[in-house]
Amino acid sequence: MAEFSTSIKENGDISVINLKGFLDAHTAPTLENNFTQLIESNKYKIVVNFEDLAYISSAGLGVFMAYIESVRENKGDIKLTNMSDKVYNIFDLLGFPLLYEIYKKEEEAVQKFKES
Amino acid sequence: MTVRNKNKFSELRVNSKTENLSVIRDFVSEKALDAGLPMATVENIMLAVDEACTNIIKHAYKSSPEGKIILNIDYDEKKFTITIIDYGKSFEPNSVPLPNLQKYYREHKVGGLGIYLMKSLMDDVKYTSVPGKYNQVLLSKNINGS
Repeated sequence: MAEFSTSIKENGDISVINLKGFLDAHTAPTLENNFTQLIESNKYKIVVNFEDLAYISSAGLGVFMAYIESVRENKGDIKLTNMSDKVYNIFDLLGFPLLYEIYKKEEEAVQKFKES
Repeated sequence: MTVRNKNKFSELRVNSKTENLSVIRDFVSEKALDAGLPMATVENIMLAVDEACTNIIKHAYKSSPEGKIILNIDYDEKKFTITIIDYGKSFEPNSVPLPNLQKYYREHKVGGLGIYLMKSLMDDVKYTSVPGKYNQVLLSKNINGS
């Protein structure tokens, strides 16, 4: 079975979700639960670190689509960081860079939130 | 789950459960590596097959875990082909428009991305349905081609 796990760390009012393993239709609900919990706790400044993510399918990409609007309506954002070229290529193929801020490093995304 | 090997033809039969997506990906990547395809191509094929099977599980079988999915892989020096058969609700791929992400964003829509990925990552994607009997999707990648 594909392994997938997440961990969340708080950096002031910014929440960083670290993704690890394989994000597909089977494992996407784990990440959906993370977003649901953050939104229920009124945490809308979210950075997602992809450094340890080995694989993503459209079911995984769909999770970001599902939550971005409610996060932005609350003056927050979902910023994506540390993607491998392979994972970035899939996001790029679907035009995500037009809709999401994607940074090379987690610190850049955190800094961006602090400046806003 | 059964795997049958006969020269360069292999078959995998699994139930329509999302937990089997990793079994399907492992099967596909092993065969694609056997065929001598470069890693980047192997990964693209794996993703395309994952998308096809995710659609079968969610739409043809409506997430019921009892459905059958049969994958056949066949390759020669020119082409690597995966044929996927299911016995669920038939699917008309031409009814799925190419995704417009801006529109998806406004409408909270997340489906349709898989088909687009499959078409982008493979050289050929063909759907055949015999309503009430079976559906087949054929995915192929030219070897030494693009």
